[in-house]
Amino acid sequence: MKPKRRQRLVLVGLLVAGVGIAVGLALLALQENINLFFSPSQVAAGEAPVGSPFRLGGMVVDGSVSRVDQSLEIRFDLTDTANTVTVAYTGILPDLFREGQGIVAQGSVNDNGLFTATQVLAKHDETYMPPEVIDALDKAKAMGVQ
Amino acid sequence: MNNTTPSAWLVRFHRLGSPPSFYHFSGLIIPWVSAACLILIVAGLYGGLYLAPTDYQQGESYRIIYIHVPSAWMSMFVYVVLATSSAIGLIWRMKLAEAIARATAPIGATYTFIALITGSLWGKPMWGTWWVWDARLTSELILLFLYLGYIALVSAFDDRRTASRAGAVLALVGVVNLPIIHFSVEWWNTLHQGPTITKFDQPSIAISMLIPLLLTAAGFKLHFLVALLASVRAEILDGERRTAWVAELLARKKHA
Repeated sequence: MKPKRRQRLVLVGLLVAGVGIAVGLALLALQENINLFFSPSQVAAGEAPVGSPFRLGGMVVDGSVSRVDQSLEIRFDLTDTANTVTVAYTGILPDLFREGQGIVAQGSVNDNGLFTATQVLAKHDETYMPPEVIDALDKAKAMGVQ
Repeated sequence: MNNTTPSAWLVRFHRLGSPPSFYHFSGLIIPWVSAACLILIVAGLYGGLYLAPTDYQQGESYRIIYIHVPSAWMSMFVYVVLATSSAIGLIWRMKLAEAIARATAPIGATYTFIALITGSLWGKPMWGTWWVWDARLTSELILLFLYLGYIALVSAFDDRRTASRAGAVLALVGVVNLPIIHFSVEWWNTLHQGPTITKFDQPSIAISMLIPLLLTAAGFKLHFLVALLASVRAEILDGERRTAWVAELLARKKHA
């Protein structure tokens, strides 16, 4: 390789590596701010801001969804298996909202630990299956447990 | 360099790097690649929209993946081509590599735009929002801006060689965004789901849904090849319009 071309090759390598390191360090420093939501454990540990809005993500606990009479308000528990936060929300839920589903709620937590959501988003997992297959898998799992 | 005669294949490959033979060769393969592309996309869409079963949770809405996922993959693949040909153009000053880099950017921008729009259309019914500033969506939007920035920068210069060199630096700086897009769903909490197929584990998608997806993905790859070749051919004609071989080509076209 001609010296001039080798020099340009090294320069290109340095450019890519330098930008990579700089952006990597910046992202490492911003780590917490890039996360879309806080987990119930982070809320329990006091890492989430109190009084100002933030997003809370977790799984809807099975059997915890309840509707308040004479209103659109709905209450459910969100868990990350270690800690649980109760969420209150008034409004229309997305199609994928159901018990056992991951969701992200935007809102703020009050002094009693109740999270009042202004928006609820469903987080879809990466599984794509026809219903029969899921039924078969569930049955197989149930038989394996017994 | 050694003194033995290089193999016939190597000579042919090197010759392909010259604009006239690239122009000739690409003209020969474009019809074949277009036909294969059309067959793959039609078969993939038929399989995906008609034959594949409905999803256990998302119902029919999941079928947008047959457009969304291939264009999202292509948005990143095209950037790899853009960055690689930019580096080759920058280091070896090869005219053909510069032409390829300039031609890829609008194609890549289109795929990125399609991925963002289809994702947004799916996000409203499924997530409950058109857009959310999570790491995956934001980094993909930055990719679109990188493409648009490259196009704007390159078209701001009158001289196309200078333009290619300036654009190449921008393209190489943007490479850092590619691993961020790919790993965003693993490094941070995002609303966007994790990878289904490109993970080391077994893919978590039924085989009857996966096959049409792979067909459309292959079709999109060939579509990129056709669009790239056609646009590089136009670039070559424009760049070489004062040369003898283009004049000869024109004369032959007029006679025919």
